[in-house]
Amino acid sequence: MIARAFQRVASREPPSELPTAVYALRTAEVPRRDVRLVVIDRARDDSYVTPFGSLVGLLRAGDLVVVNDAATLPASLAGATAAGQAFELRLSAPIDGNRLTGVLLGPGDHRTRTEHRAAPPVIAIGDRVRLGAAAARSIDARVLGAIGRRVELRADANADELWQALYASGRPVQYAHRPELLPLYAVQTAYAARPWAVEMPSAGRALTWDVLLGLRRAGVAIATLTHAAGLSSTGDDALDRALPWPERYELPQRTIDELARAKDRGGRVIAIGTTVVRALESAAPELHAGSGIARLRLDGAYRPRVVDGLVSGLHAPGESHFDLLSAFAPRARLERAIALAHARGLSGHELGDACLVM
Amino acid sequence: MTIEGNGVLVTGASRGLGRALAEALAAKGARVALVAREPGPLGDVVDGIRRRGGIAHAIAGDIGDKHAIHRIAGQAQGLVGEIAIAIHNASTLGPVPLRLLLDTECEDLADVLETNLVGPFRLTKILAGAMALRGAGTIVHVSSDASVEPYPRWGAYGVSKAAQDHLSRILAAELADTGVRVIAVDPGEMDTRMHADAMPDADRAQLQRPADVAARIVAMIEDGEHAQSGARLVAPNWRAAEAVS
Repeated sequence: MIARAFQRVASREPPSELPTAVYALRTAEVPRRDVRLVVIDRARDDSYVTPFGSLVGLLRAGDLVVVNDAATLPASLAGATAAGQAFELRLSAPIDGNRLTGVLLGPGDHRTRTEHRAAPPVIAIGDRVRLGAAAARSIDARVLGAIGRRVELRADANADELWQALYASGRPVQYAHRPELLPLYAVQTAYAARPWAVEMPSAGRALTWDVLLGLRRAGVAIATLTHAAGLSSTGDDALDRALPWPERYELPQRTIDELARAKDRGGRVIAIGTTVVRALESAAPELHAGSGIARLRLDGAYRPRVVDGLVSGLHAPGESHFDLLSAFAPRARLERAIALAHARGLSGHELGDACLVM
Repeated sequence: MTIEGNGVLVTGASRGLGRALAEALAAKGARVALVAREPGPLGDVVDGIRRRGGIAHAIAGDIGDKHAIHRIAGQAQGLVGEIAIAIHNASTLGPVPLRLLLDTECEDLADVLETNLVGPFRLTKILAGAMALRGAGTIVHVSSDASVEPYPRWGAYGVSKAAQDHLSRILAAELADTGVRVIAVDPGEMDTRMHADAMPDADRAQLQRPADVAARIVAMIEDGEHAQSGARLVAPNWRAAEAVS
């Protein structure tokens, strides 16, 4: 979810009141067990850096941690039109039966920045396309809807064949800041279940079972929701301005019960990732079990109604996700914290270090 | 644990005990995601379950292939949703006729461990986390008396099953209080292709039918009180154990 923000930052001048270096967080992948946490606590004057596992001591008995348990799909698929013109399909939503919803990019791969990718071939309703790299694994599909680069396709395959082809040919969606191909396991959390996310709900990447069981032992409750994290960039300016698109989520009854219990006992609700914030705040104030569509767009003016704190990747000022973080702490505090992260050599991006804002 | 309405994953589901488990669980209303290397025989199992009104999906994949594991888990949860019950049934004897350990190639031992031990470990690593956060789940390791008895010529298989038994116990200890139950089940001798490969001269009339063993394992899954996490259960003794308690 951070990639779009990075690309924006790279293509924009930073605000003049901050030194440029503040923005240049490293992009190196940080092993899950080595992730560091920048703690931005409104009750303290200064932020500080600590190992991610310190989260266990930072939360209190009675607090509730909510994670997004969506597994990450191999949502990037090579494809070709009936005339043989190549494209890349990036799914933008979960698979629904034999229907695929996504965005087309022109030939090439993620090593080219999305906004520099060639335009995809023109595709019209009723056209037939082929999805999947190798002939043996490919499936045919018919175009049900096409609005610019956004498409809806119906696979000429049953569900078993569609999922088999998707996992045989698909790759995780990636961006140019990380040229090497990521294996599917690199973009899964330790509690991932249904494959609904097209980009990793990456704030939970450092939640190892050591940390999760430690939280439980410390009296911190843990609950799940499933949120279909969407694309963070399409390369199309008009489309990107409207991101994030409405995204599907599902709230289990047990999570609603845990939220009520946490509020009753005065515990804080800590969201692991912006997708959790988006789902819970979209559902508020009346939380009901079941599916919903998250339409809420969060920014510094938004006052959260359910969520008291957030664990997130590191986002620099100027990134859209930085604006989202500013719903949880004053911008000046966040800017100082990012400067600290930079000074300490922390990594940004979806596979980097993290922050706790509460 | 209730079976009806739950997502279940069974490996090695195209034949023998895996097939019988898939059919028994689907008959009880589970949505079963079935894994096997060969799509053909697996498709027949899925078709049979669907003809009887059950919900079954086929996933072609090799549990011994490191790169296949996330695909298998992803396809399974894409097709049947959250997995509440995972049954590690797929296993290999290694080369047959069975060999003395001193005649076993190192690579053959490694391959057997990859399929019978590391594969289930990898799959559990993916599936058990979500079970633990939901506070419910059952993981079944199909074991063998070769994990306990040092039968000559069963070296590679026996070693892999002994290690899997201990994997099962340690997982149970680590997941205590999470609601995830981890058990190992020795099914006893069954009339299966694997048995014929290992002991071609056996009297098949003396062997259990896979469907009967599957029924007992399903009963164990349903009966958390008598099949507690960490237990290693012997299927032929299951009814007796029930009667005693």
